[in-house]
Amino acid sequence: MQTVNLTDTIDRSFMEKVMEESEQNLSLCYQCGNCTASCPYTFGFDIPVSRVMRLMQTGQKKAVLTSSSIWLCASCTSCTTRCPNNIDVARVMDVLRHVARREGFVKERRVKAFFDSFLDSVRKHGRVFEIGLMVDYVRKTGRFWTDMDLGPKMLPKGKMSLTPHRIKGKDAIARIFKRFEEENR
Amino acid sequence: MSKLSYAYYPGCSGQGTSMEYEMSTRALCEALDIDLKEIPDWSCCGSTPAHACDHVLSAALSGRNLGLAADMGEDCVLTPCPSCLTNLKNAGQHMSGSEEFKEKVNKLLDEPIGEIPDVKSVLQILFEDLGPKGVKEKVIKPLSGLKVVTYYGCILTRPPKLMEFDSEENPISMDRLMEAAGAKVLPFPLKTECCGASHGVARKDLVMKLSGKLLDMAEQLGADAVVTACPLCQMNLDLRQGQVNSANKTSHKLPVFYYTQLLGWALGLPQAQLGLDKLCVNPMPALRGIGKKEDAA
Amino acid sequence: MKIGVFVCHCGSNIEGTVDTKTVAEASLDFPEVTFATDTMYACSEPGQDGIIEAIEEHKLDGVVVASCTPRMHEPTFRKTLERAGLNPYMFEMANIREHVSWIGKDREANTNKAADLVRIAVEKLRRNQPLTPKEFDINRRVLVIGGGVAGIQAALDCAEAGLEVVMVERESTIGGKMAKLDKTFPTVDCSSCILGPRMVEIAQHPNITLYAYSEVESVSGYVGNFEVQVKKKATYVDWAKCTGCGECVEKCPSRKAPDPFNELLAPGRAINIPFPQAIPKKAYIQAEHCIKLTKDKCGNCAKVCPSDAINFEAKDEIITEEVGGIIAATGYDLFDWTVYEEYGGGRYPDVVTSLQYERMLSASGPTGGHVKRPSDGKEPKKVVFIQCVGSRDKSVGRPYCSGFCCMYTAKQAILTKDHIPDSESYVFYMDIRAPGKLYDEFTRRAMEEYGAQYIRGRVGMVYPDGEGQLVVRGADTLMGTQVEVKADLVVLAVGAEAAKNSPQLAEKLRISYDAYGFFMEGHPKLKPVETNTAGVYLAGACQGAKDIPASVGQGSAAAAKVIGLFSKEKLKSDPQTALVDIKRCIGCGKCAETCPFGAINMTEFRGQPKAEVLETVCQGCGLCAATCPQGAVQLKHFTDNQILAEVEALCRF
Repeated sequence: MQTVNLTDTIDRSFMEKVMEESEQNLSLCYQCGNCTASCPYTFGFDIPVSRVMRLMQTGQKKAVLTSSSIWLCASCTSCTTRCPNNIDVARVMDVLRHVARREGFVKERRVKAFFDSFLDSVRKHGRVFEIGLMVDYVRKTGRFWTDMDLGPKMLPKGKMSLTPHRIKGKDAIARIFKRFEEENR
Repeated sequence: MSKLSYAYYPGCSGQGTSMEYEMSTRALCEALDIDLKEIPDWSCCGSTPAHACDHVLSAALSGRNLGLAADMGEDCVLTPCPSCLTNLKNAGQHMSGSEEFKEKVNKLLDEPIGEIPDVKSVLQILFEDLGPKGVKEKVIKPLSGLKVVTYYGCILTRPPKLMEFDSEENPISMDRLMEAAGAKVLPFPLKTECCGASHGVARKDLVMKLSGKLLDMAEQLGADAVVTACPLCQMNLDLRQGQVNSANKTSHKLPVFYYTQLLGWALGLPQAQLGLDKLCVNPMPALRGIGKKEDAA
Repeated sequence: MKIGVFVCHCGSNIEGTVDTKTVAEASLDFPEVTFATDTMYACSEPGQDGIIEAIEEHKLDGVVVASCTPRMHEPTFRKTLERAGLNPYMFEMANIREHVSWIGKDREANTNKAADLVRIAVEKLRRNQPLTPKEFDINRRVLVIGGGVAGIQAALDCAEAGLEVVMVERESTIGGKMAKLDKTFPTVDCSSCILGPRMVEIAQHPNITLYAYSEVESVSGYVGNFEVQVKKKATYVDWAKCTGCGECVEKCPSRKAPDPFNELLAPGRAINIPFPQAIPKKAYIQAEHCIKLTKDKCGNCAKVCPSDAINFEAKDEIITEEVGGIIAATGYDLFDWTVYEEYGGGRYPDVVTSLQYERMLSASGPTGGHVKRPSDGKEPKKVVFIQCVGSRDKSVGRPYCSGFCCMYTAKQAILTKDHIPDSESYVFYMDIRAPGKLYDEFTRRAMEEYGAQYIRGRVGMVYPDGEGQLVVRGADTLMGTQVEVKADLVVLAVGAEAAKNSPQLAEKLRISYDAYGFFMEGHPKLKPVETNTAGVYLAGACQGAKDIPASVGQGSAAAAKVIGLFSKEKLKSDPQTALVDIKRCIGCGKCAETCPFGAINMTEFRGQPKAEVLETVCQGCGLCAATCPQGAVQLKHFTDNQILAEVEALCRF
């Protein structure tokens, strides 16, 4: 354990940015722990969600952005639903992922790789191409054995198309991504 | 009653891993005289990966589809998938609530969005507009003796301010519809507890634990089957049930239906339309038991 | 007219952002102002002496004080004028603190605004007339609404002081919530043992008339002379004959009626005596559950009653009581916790409320004081207490702290160990609020001596594990993680909310209530048991959640206020009443219709119908003045001319 020097480490601009982007007032949190109590993922988190909120209140940017919790949160909204102070906690977690992504903090590389493969698939085809997404994910992570066991269950049932669904507007989707990149450059 | 008619957004998984949901939803709606008008050339809503990346990007991917639906002259979009529902609704709500946000979204789109249609789940329409009574009238093969637990998943009714449907903690819409179809609905206390969602690929360990807990509870209550309304939930519980069993040293063999399949069955729709053969855990033993247990008792 | 203006610094409260000297100088330019000065504290003794000196020295015949709110100090300065030999109503106040210095920081703008407010006050004062209050008699009887511990205390204190007391209680017995409790914190003395004798005193005191199973229907009149209609609800039992023997209850076949006294833990009978120490100990029939009253069958109770007290023909009765003062002591109700679907929303029998648990602990309760789980009658070994259910929770519209739950939860944890020595208690809490005398020590005892496990965090969900226990999933924020406890019984420390129909009663009493239905006190510090309606006082949890000692304290305080009020020979009415200009009045009667106090009589003058104001009844609300189509009714000191003069003073450019 180390002493946290609050005077030096409190990052107010970070706190304000997250509050602005999430439209949530973090000072409403009175640390009752209901989000942690409700979160089905607490067992897998390195920092429980109520402590993420506390670290936000004290502006501990690095501790928050380097946590794996912000990537493991599945947006199930248990926290948001039960927060006695009506804080949309799941939205705060979402925004923390946005900031972490922008600033290059990625504790859970595989989760981000899956998200990226998914979005690449949408960008390329307009709709998700499931087999293509899996191939891309394996390529990105090198984890070639991922869900190999499921293939034999799905393929004979004809549930996975071997070719992407082509839509007319796929270029329109690609343009959305392109403009997004330009806006955020 | 005049025919119910809506713009319809099937969602990507309906073309693949949840094709039986898509098939049975269409078959059921047709049988119930609900006209689903597929949004022409719809695209992916962006799902979790998009809103985990950026809210404007997410709203733009969803928004394109809302715009297409508005172009059809429809004021309400239906979707069977809770994830699509969340994204479409979130996009709509945020754009309606903030001109500034709407402007940012429109900057990413070819065609700026004007009118923003309402978005509802197919389940909401079945429950609220048709009602369990309306369904019951059409049941010809009641699911008598079939003991089910209903599993809604985490985002079909939550957060309540966004979804504005059913109860966020103890939803009952599927329960009532299943009861209307003649099934016995067991009191499942984990109706909205998360199954592991999209972590199946990157962090399978999380799904094994969470979905395992759901299957354990269903089994303990003595359920013959789990009924779901979400492609991701259904996939985690059904397709990954083998993985769950090996990870947790369990031996579940619980069929996991989409509620549309069971309703379709009760309405006497042909099996081929319901995609029962697409399910991983064989549903036939449970379905063959319908009506029999009651006779024995 | 010679007017003096006194501009108060109020220490730095006003002077901090208002240049009072400049305001005083500016005032000298206002019409008829012949003297003006700033003063450090106008309300202090030297401040008041300064006003008196100035009145004498400058022969003033009217005074404006620019300071704080008239709510606080208008009576003070009126008395000052009286001491100086002026009519006390030749006085006006300009509120340059709440309306100026506390709400703006721009000294120049504030100074200008303060001067404007003084100008307005001066213009009003120039049109004031000397007024003299009328005196009227007091009816020295007091109505106490609610027979819980606060009402009992108030009633007994008043009765002991020789006042006649009328007590109205909604339920069939007095005792309120306290009568349902097993033990009380922090002394763990038996609740009914200490309350019981007080209840008996109510029944036996010659000065007290008790109407149980009754409600206040309407209230009219004013301080000193209220007229109250009390509805005695039909009990279908002639209480003059009923001996409370309980034969009827024994023989009643309707066994699924609710038993509200036992918090619906177990079903009761349609005819019922709430508990052995009930006061009055009389039976009453819950009509909607009575087989005779609903289906015209049965009638067992009438057959077995040895004193022939059953009367199925009984009807509600209205009784009129005249009193001079009213004490509202209507208590609280529990928040409807079933909105917490995550705790089962009422679906799990072994999730009970704290008050239900009191009945389980109580020897007079349905389990005879043996703690048994509702689901299977087994003795629970692991009991989980969840605090702040319906308290400090904005998401259910209850952001306030109910104040006493921390304490009774500690008590219940202690009692659980006493009842079941091999049991374990877990208490989920957010913060322990134990600021009373010996309170914190008490909660420490629950932990240190009774081994209660206190876990700092809210509970996210409670669900049955399928094997007869409940899984309680919460957070331990001190440990920094999620925790699960398997419980045999879960007790929810349900918060307090305003008693049902509080707003309706408040409207009958013409008192204010807050956003949650709690009655508003006259001043949060200085008038804790007064209301803004003269003659109406508050005691206990109807004003906001409070525990027994605080409720009893307020009961006595409210009684003291009534005794003080009644100790006066006569009461003086506020002379700022409505006045009818008989020449303008066309006798339409609209004012009489609109008057909420019945203070306007229609009379005849030379064969013409005319309105006439009863000065001692008129409360000066001004509704009649606003209603009169002729402008014939004017409120003294708030005449149309005065208000227009004030507006013109402000809009002079």
